[in-house]
Amino acid sequence: MSAEGGTTAYIQHHLTNLAVCADSAKVDGACSGFWTFHLDTLLVSGILGLVVFGLMAMLASKATSGVPSGGQNFVEMVVGLVDQQVRDTFHGKSALVTPLAITIFVWVFVMNAMDLIPVDFLPVALQAATGNHHLPFKFVPTTDPNLTFAMSITVFFISLFMGLKIKGFGHFMHEVFAVPFGLKLAPINLLFRIVEEIARPISLSLRLFGNMYAGEMVFILIALLGIYQLPLALPWELFHILIITLQAFVFMMLTIVYMSMAAESH
Amino acid sequence: MNINATLIGQAIWFALFIWITMKFVWPPLQKAMAERQAQIADGLAAAERGKHEQELAAKRSADALREAKEKSSDLIAQAEKRAQQIVEEAKGTAKVEADKVVAGAKAEIDQEVERAKQQLRERVAELAVAGAEKILRKEINASAHADMLVALKQDL
Repeated sequence: MSAEGGTTAYIQHHLTNLAVCADSAKVDGACSGFWTFHLDTLLVSGILGLVVFGLMAMLASKATSGVPSGGQNFVEMVVGLVDQQVRDTFHGKSALVTPLAITIFVWVFVMNAMDLIPVDFLPVALQAATGNHHLPFKFVPTTDPNLTFAMSITVFFISLFMGLKIKGFGHFMHEVFAVPFGLKLAPINLLFRIVEEIARPISLSLRLFGNMYAGEMVFILIALLGIYQLPLALPWELFHILIITLQAFVFMMLTIVYMSMAAESH
Repeated sequence: MNINATLIGQAIWFALFIWITMKFVWPPLQKAMAERQAQIADGLAAAERGKHEQELAAKRSADALREAKEKSSDLIAQAEKRAQQIVEEAKGTAKVEADKVVAGAKAEIDQEVERAKQQLRERVAELAVAGAEKILRKEINASAHADMLVALKQDL
């Protein structure tokens, strides 16, 4: 717990990103406006991704068809699980969908897993290391909507391009204007389509963000209880293991579904 | 909740990790998994084949065994028949031989009898002459009655 400030300050401190921006963009010493970077989100997600995907690429480069090593076996298990979901849901042919699903599942899982480290461990360690006791630093990147929106918008564009590529421009446009009510009601069809397409990335990103943000919030509130946090933190932690896995899985699964919807004709 | 340029940075990270997975993680793993699957399938097929071949071999060996048994019983029957034949033949030869011996013996006996008769004849004539001589010494001259004696000898 932070030494001074009280409960509200503690909570706010924990929910503040480490933002950097040009000095000219600062308002009252705080960054505002679009050209602000959340250094903590970028660093933690990037380092976690580099470590985990670097490790996977290393294990994959040594992969043999013979008896797999323990590491290879584990990676194959995860990748095989994702691939099975893709096979069950996505019936088109694409070299992108499985790697995309693997990336989402693994990356979201490891980022969510940062939530399992007790809320004050890493920030306090970092504050001690830098000597700045007011340094804000969020260690769970998925509690930053920038990250979840970045992912869902990327998924949205990939599905858009895949739809165009697989169906062709004409077929795609026909689907936009003529489904579900036929060409006579083209404006309504277009409106429906736009609402549908926009709702997807928003729901996808807000679902992950909301779950992780709320989970983090509960951890912070539990941490405020002093000694009584001990019997509460553990059950929530155990329950959270389920949530982080489930959220990673849901994000991956919905991505596959969107891809298959983009690739298949209705 | 403020959306800002972090979004762009995160999208770049995301694209980079998708690229890494697409390029370095998924293809080698997919290849290894597919190869292993093929190896396992091959192994199972080979096991099935081996089992089938083993069954065939068992059938073949059973056939061979039965054939050998049949052959051996045939051989035994043949040998028994042959032995019987040999015994029969031996019996036949023995009988012929015995008959021959018996016939020979008979012929010899006949010869012997004939010779004995001859001798007896000779002796009978002598004895008769001697007897007659003794009887007739007193009254008959031997030379005078020689013709009669020869005729007698011829009649015997």
